[in-house]
Amino acid sequence: MAEDIILSTAGLTKEFAGFRAVSGVDLKVRRGSIHALIGPNGAGKTTCFNLLTKFLAPTRGTIVYNGRDITREKPAEIARLGLVRSFQISAVFPQLSVKTNVRIALQRKRGDSFDFWRSERRLKSLDAEAEALVEAVGLTPFRELSAGELSYGRKRALEIATTLALDPEMLLLDEPMAGMGREDIDRIETLIRKVSAQRTILMVEHNLSVVASLCDRITVLARGQVLAEGDYAGVSKDPRVVEAYIGSGGGHGHH
Amino acid sequence: MTDLATSEAPAGAALAETDDGTARLHRAILIGIAAALVVAPFVAYPVFVMKVLCFALFALAFNLLLGYGGLLSFGHAAYFGMASYVCAYTAKNWGLTPELAILLGTAVAAGLGTVFGALAIRRQGIYFAMITLALAQMVFFFSLQTPRFTGGEDGIQAVPRGKLLGLLDLTDDRALYWLVAAIFMAGLLAIYRIIHSPFGQICKAIRDNEPRAISLGYRANQYKLMVFVLSAALAGLAGATKAIVFQLASLTDVYWTMSGEVVLMTLVGGLGTVFGPIVGAIVMVTMQNYLATLGAWVTVIQGVIFVACVLLFREGIVGVIAKAIKKPL
Ligand SMILES: Nc1ncnc2c1ncn2[C@@H]1O[C@H](COP(=O)(O)OP(=O)(O)O)[C@@H](O)[C@H]1O
Ligand SMILES: [Mg+2]
Repeated sequence: MAEDIILSTAGLTKEFAGFRAVSGVDLKVRRGSIHALIGPNGAGKTTCFNLLTKFLAPTRGTIVYNGRDITREKPAEIARLGLVRSFQISAVFPQLSVKTNVRIALQRKRGDSFDFWRSERRLKSLDAEAEALVEAVGLTPFRELSAGELSYGRKRALEIATTLALDPEMLLLDEPMAGMGREDIDRIETLIRKVSAQRTILMVEHNLSVVASLCDRITVLARGQVLAEGDYAGVSKDPRVVEAYIGSGGGHGHH
Repeated sequence: MTDLATSEAPAGAALAETDDGTARLHRAILIGIAAALVVAPFVAYPVFVMKVLCFALFALAFNLLLGYGGLLSFGHAAYFGMASYVCAYTAKNWGLTPELAILLGTAVAAGLGTVFGALAIRRQGIYFAMITLALAQMVFFFSLQTPRFTGGEDGIQAVPRGKLLGLLDLTDDRALYWLVAAIFMAGLLAIYRIIHSPFGQICKAIRDNEPRAISLGYRANQYKLMVFVLSAALAGLAGATKAIVFQLASLTDVYWTMSGEVVLMTLVGGLGTVFGPIVGAIVMVTMQNYLATLGAWVTVIQGVIFVACVLLFREGIVGVIAKAIKKPL
């Protein structure tokens, strides 16, 4: 069976002063799937994301996205290729309003915004779309608030709205639901399922019930290495996975 | 939940009002400033007002970089001072008309800003600041070592004010005042527009969170370089204008204390506020003028006021007012 792989890595390795945070990871993400990257804290999941989006340079290994070797690209160029990430530490523009945060991403449609001589009134045409995205993540009552004043969970929601505003071909979400209440988790889960229709999603998530219901495929990472890979049923029965989770005390959810 | 693809959320009424309300307030303030400029030469010494305007423009340019680009330059005297030298030199030795001399000074500042900015933006935070300082010190030593161009310790004195466009004699303070007021107003409007442009939005985003802006596909360094060059050019415009006003360009203009003064003015007035630097410049220049008889004590008093400002209201004078009326100023 020929698989349509959108993103793959070969021997991906990152060393920090001799310490191997990511070690020989071969990852294959199928186009159109929702792929989970799970593992105990410190397993190297965030480091993987940083490598994939070029915020860190790999010590060894290659990354291929859409048939193109992106191992040496710059982070802004990765986003321009349609591979967009969110951050584990909620990344918003704190002094800008919630709506403006989303609009910053929508501005990318104009290409580069080097036009310092034009009025920002030009951007009003993006407002309706920005507000629709704000609505989709349930932040409408807060849309004029500075993003810095939002609670942690709402910042995460805003970050997802901002990421979606780019309409990326592939999304990397680092613990998108961390710090959210039940209701918000449901909302974001529904949203992710909906937007996954035309895209590929690779996500780190500790909430295993979310992973079980949302994700087609799961890669388990421990100590920087791939421990197991498969669907939820297969992976959750794997004794090594159970041990890694219990052994490190890093597991969350209904395990 | 709203359908992402199809929903057309109506623009909230309350929201549109806030935006327009702020814009209206700003327009009113800009008109107020223009009116004040018309009245000022009749109630205060024109030379004093012109000095305030030159420094206010300098501080506005600096604030564009720090307050909206998030880039702290410790070397803005380089652009202010070099433009001042170029303007003075070309007006005196090449006989350029004042507007051409000022434009040339501004252009040289922009060129210097392009080179220095490109070197500095490779580093972040305090390293960025140190590089700008080091480069500015190079400009200072260059100025010191090339007396044929800068006049060395004496500076370039007796710079002719000349005739605007070769027609209008600027020897009279009142006549010159209108030119300086026009330059200031143009600079202020330009900076206001830059801050409120699509470009300004991305600058603010990069200031707030550079990695996030990059992850959205913005090539942050290009924006940082651009705002650096704009700031350097406007600082140069201020320095060149000052050379015509005082008919003098000197080492003081390129010395590091000048870089420090503009930081002070901006912080006292309100960093990251549109109008704060103007207030800061008024406060600092007024203080220097009226306390001039106290000699070296001026520096001490300035220091005390600065410390008091930072301790009492970190947002600066205009920042505090903006907070009180809950509107960005
Ligand atoms: N910049 C860094 N310098 C040194 N060590 C790091 C750095 N980033 C991450 N690490 C280490 O790499 C390991 C993996 O971290 P991380 O990728 O954040 O794990 P996860 O996201 O799976 O919890 C941890 O032991 C962490 O301390
Ligand atoms: Mg992590």
